[in-house]
Amino acid sequence: MSALDARFRLRVGALDLDIAFRAEPGVTAILGPSGAGKTTVLRCLAGLRRPADAVIHLGDAVWQDDRAGIFVPPHRRGVGYVFQEADLFAHLSVRRNLRYALDRAPEHRVRWDDAVAWLGVGPLLDRAPGRLSGGERQRVAIARALLSSPRLLLMDEPLSALDEVGRRDILPYIAELPARLALPIVYVSHSLTEVARLADHVVWLVDGRIRRAGPPADVLAHPEFAQWLGDAAAVVADAVVQGHDDRFHLTRLDGPWGPMLVRRHGSSEPGRRVRVQIAASDVSVGLARETDTSILNQFAVRVRDVTPTSPSDVLVRLGRDDGPALLARITRRSAHHLALAPGRDVYARVKSVAVLD
Amino acid sequence: MGPLAPSDWQAVLVTLRLATVTTLVLLVVATPLAWWLARTRSWLRAPVEALAGLPLVLPPTVLGFYVLWALGPLGPIGRVWERLGGDRLVFSFRGLVIGSVLYGLPFAVQPLRNAFGAIGERPLEVAATLRASPLDRFLTIALPLARPGILTAATLAFAHTVGEFGVVLMIGGNIPGRTQVVSVAVYNHVEALEYAPAHVLSAGLLAFSFAVLLVVYTLGRRAGAEAP
Repeated sequence: MSALDARFRLRVGALDLDIAFRAEPGVTAILGPSGAGKTTVLRCLAGLRRPADAVIHLGDAVWQDDRAGIFVPPHRRGVGYVFQEADLFAHLSVRRNLRYALDRAPEHRVRWDDAVAWLGVGPLLDRAPGRLSGGERQRVAIARALLSSPRLLLMDEPLSALDEVGRRDILPYIAELPARLALPIVYVSHSLTEVARLADHVVWLVDGRIRRAGPPADVLAHPEFAQWLGDAAAVVADAVVQGHDDRFHLTRLDGPWGPMLVRRHGSSEPGRRVRVQIAASDVSVGLARETDTSILNQFAVRVRDVTPTSPSDVLVRLGRDDGPALLARITRRSAHHLALAPGRDVYARVKSVAVLD
Repeated sequence: MGPLAPSDWQAVLVTLRLATVTTLVLLVVATPLAWWLARTRSWLRAPVEALAGLPLVLPPTVLGFYVLWALGPLGPIGRVWERLGGDRLVFSFRGLVIGSVLYGLPFAVQPLRNAFGAIGERPLEVAATLRASPLDRFLTIALPLARPGILTAATLAFAHTVGEFGVVLMIGGNIPGRTQVVSVAVYNHVEALEYAPAHVLSAGLLAFSFAVLLVVYTLGRRAGAEAP
């Protein structure tokens, strides 16, 4: 279980990349606008590009250290790379695509049967890549990357070439990988849904620089980041299933802001950890607990800060300084009316909570 | 044997042998060259490309003349070769192969280069991340994916060598059974006003050339249709 440490610079075209970050075992999501350099970061980690002033190592293995004149070429690194378009070898069947990886792996830390089962590619083995759907191709590409027994897995927007249905089908396969692999996964995306669901750590990249990095609950709740997301602004938090309310078909969760009720969530047993997402536009603020209301979840919280996002709107960050924050998008008029200021105790009324897995 | 004399049949055999050997040598020489041309960013690419393309525009007599001079006993290559104990290169089958390889180079390099270029960087990058070394990638990814281009290159090189006249005449002369090829035999027959064998040999070459082009274009269309 080695972590990745990377620090490098690269100027290419309009991009001036200068970053340093650490990826622990688990999913590190790199999020940012197009042109921020997300793909270039992955290419540098894989050794497909050679950045300058670089120190890149995975545990004890030094992949690049320009002071020491070390540069390990990609085929000696052991990186699994899943590209945006699943690039299966067109002249090989699915089985031989997978064997290509297995035959060259120095050790078989992921077994053939496991990779085939985890990605559900068993029925596809004897097909030609040209006869697969986009989602099937991407699953084969992921299985192939795993069979090379990588020490680092890089995924470059693996779902972006798929339609909505394809995405929904493949996301569960990907979501289960971190627990099975115990290796750092660097996942590039511009989809908040994917990041909210998968990430253990978020790196927000803008114009080649890391604007903010940390646990998803912190980064997503940061007003600057939320402003970049605009209407999509939302926070995530981990909650624990307490039990179910069979009469009204609800599930009780224990979250960072207190207990909450959500629509009955499938098979979750008490004690299971789930990730919830709450959109800023679904949260309103009041000074007292409301009783006669359709809203199920109200939390007593403290205002951390108020950030104007437009002439008419503000984003209010709510919660304890040391815990996950909630975001509420309200009008400036309301903020003025309620005299919202840092330190004020209020009630957050949450209209909708999405359980992500 | 109809209107053809034994020397005509020998010319056919020499032609086929020359075309076969030339094609094999060309594939060995042109494949790495085309691979390099398709991928390099060196400033040398354009000069090398121009050099390899010269046979397309140069009169065969000019090319043949230079090769004749270079391979001759006083030329830079011939002198060294003979000092090392080699047989005379000019007016020999070996010299003919060297001339034909030079003359056929662009016909093999172009389709190979296009085929390698069409593969793109991505499959090779994928293979690299799957721990395939550069040679491994070339053998297991680039060559199989470039197969239509290799077939086209081999066919064109073979056909072009069969159809060669000027270079062969300059280097190999006209020695029946050793260096006399079909195209030269046709020339001899016409000079001697023996139209019947000239007709048969010419018709043979015509039919062969048409068949080759037919195969090349059919292959080309199929490869195009299979592309994603």
